[in-house]
Amino acid sequence: MIGDDDGKSAIDGGRRAFLARTGLVLGMSGLGTLIGRAEAAALRDSLEPEQTALRLGFIPLTDCAPLVVARERGHFKRYGLDVSLVREASWANIRDKVAVGALDGAQMLAAIPLAVELGISPVREPMQTSFSLDLNGNGVTVSNVLYAAMQELAPAALAARPVTAAALVPVVAARRAAGLPALRLAMVSRHSRHNYELRYWLAAGGIHPDRDVELIVVPPVHMVAQLEQDAIDGFCVGEPWNSIAVRDDIGRTLISSYEIWNNGPEKVLGVTRRFAEDHPDTLRLILMALLEASQWLDDPANRDEAARLLAAPAYLGLPAEIIALALGGQYRVTPTSAPREIPDFNVFHRYAANYPWRSHAAWFVAQMLRWGQLEESVDVRAVTAAVYRTQPYREAAAMLGLPYPLIDYKVEGRHTRAWTLNAASQPIAMGTDCFLDGREFDADAIVDYLGGFALHGMKVSLAELGAQNA
Amino acid sequence: MLSVLLIDEDPDRAALLESSLVELGYRVMASVRPGADLYAVCERYRPDIVVVDMDSPDRDTLEHMRSISDRNPRPIVMFTNDDDSSTIQRAVLSGVSAYVVAELNPQRVRPVFDAAIAHFEHYQAIRSELEQAKTSLAERKLIEQAKGILMKKKQMDESRAYRVMQKMAMDRNMRLVDLARSIIAAAELLT
Repeated sequence: MIGDDDGKSAIDGGRRAFLARTGLVLGMSGLGTLIGRAEAAALRDSLEPEQTALRLGFIPLTDCAPLVVARERGHFKRYGLDVSLVREASWANIRDKVAVGALDGAQMLAAIPLAVELGISPVREPMQTSFSLDLNGNGVTVSNVLYAAMQELAPAALAARPVTAAALVPVVAARRAAGLPALRLAMVSRHSRHNYELRYWLAAGGIHPDRDVELIVVPPVHMVAQLEQDAIDGFCVGEPWNSIAVRDDIGRTLISSYEIWNNGPEKVLGVTRRFAEDHPDTLRLILMALLEASQWLDDPANRDEAARLLAAPAYLGLPAEIIALALGGQYRVTPTSAPREIPDFNVFHRYAANYPWRSHAAWFVAQMLRWGQLEESVDVRAVTAAVYRTQPYREAAAMLGLPYPLIDYKVEGRHTRAWTLNAASQPIAMGTDCFLDGREFDADAIVDYLGGFALHGMKVSLAELGAQNA
Repeated sequence: MLSVLLIDEDPDRAALLESSLVELGYRVMASVRPGADLYAVCERYRPDIVVVDMDSPDRDTLEHMRSISDRNPRPIVMFTNDDDSSTIQRAVLSGVSAYVVAELNPQRVRPVFDAAIAHFEHYQAIRSELEQAKTSLAERKLIEQAKGILMKKKQMDESRAYRVMQKMAMDRNMRLVDLARSIIAAAELLT
């Protein structure tokens, strides 16, 4: 509760004044409550993990780093948790094993628990998240042959930064004119940021992802080999696979996720609703350990050590140097070109990165609507509120004395420069959240948003959607 | 006759499952290793059922095929039946999953799924037995070696050396074999 605790600093007084000024008053829906220092301390003292031995799943990608760091640097242990990390081969395995309880939780594509909630996944066991593992982290890479074709047909568009899919348009047209099959581009799962950002990037450049190219799913570990064998012409995948394709002179990286959507969400820690309800204290302890690990991981000075931890055979089993590249904020377009500096290529903690923003969840739901994955209208706020649980995050952060947002949604794409989130327990320095086409996404204006796209595969009527989201 | 495609990293297991499916009256059209271009494979063979080893990363690919064509395999409907949750759990724990084409009645593929689960469970049991035997033998050797070091250096008898090690391991919250490794390493350092 705001204001009933004290021993609180002037910052908190300022916070109250701000909240009063902006009309965000106590108890108003949509505003989380401040957790006082005494309350946080009492909560922390009262924590008793319902279960200490835990099995958490991960996929061997750079952004399983928060889990690996939390285990290897003893953060889980500090909170009394004995965590085994279990390497899984597919996102389907992760989902199914969490659903049946073979895993207690896992690194998940952020859209997986949403797809389950929306009934478009084979699994019915409800899932949720209270922790975002990272922002950004993927890249779009094309074969050397496709890159050469783009160089020939669209040199100016290819030289622009960020590269838009306008650079692909003449290649797509030339292939069609010559009667060649459509370009085949791969991503990692139907319900992944990779799928949605690749679609976003293509459509923003005037290419319809379902009509002008063929989109398929290839597991990350097979991406580079399939590109080399010409089974695919390009892909959108997490690291280190873009860097490996470039290093081995198999592909050219065009763009990073950061450039498609600055600081958009990537993976989350997903658990079943059942687990979260039966293990509230265990969950908060997991979040505390992950928060500490993420904080450590976000310091650029620690990224080389993180790369070494990830390189171990039990985790990625790949050379630390190649993992360190993107982790250190660099990617190369060609094997010999100077690295491009994208300091926010992987964001693990800063900019409230670990907070499960419901506006992020709503964006995923909007993409599922845009591309026809959803065939029935949905109440977007109800779905995001069921899956993105913000309160456990706030409590874990409060117990560590870390700042946490008091709001659940922000307007994505509105922040074109670094800004300060004042609707928080303490002000939080935030990064930009722009989309490459300059659009804004406001979860409260989803109908206008979806109505604004010329290219889409909508199966739901906007009128119906509007009625349900009034 | 229903046709089956097998995706398995373990060719021996695939061969055994194949022969029992043939016995049950199914046609096994192909058995592929993970990493193949599954879009091309499924297009060529058009299987009614795909049985996939969960150690293969190809499941995400199979699930995507469902969204682009009804003819392609889609996740087995058994996953959506709550009364079948114990079967699903057995399948997941044994490491096998299956996909069927859209129009197929789940009851018709049930025997395939059951046979796959049985084979995978059997393989898993053998593998874990082998691993256990291997590790426990290796671990026993290490513990014996450490005990020998203590007996020699500290002039302890065998049972006392063992008790000392047990207590140390307990006090330090270590597994006995890990303590044994430390003792051996320390001894090597000092000789």
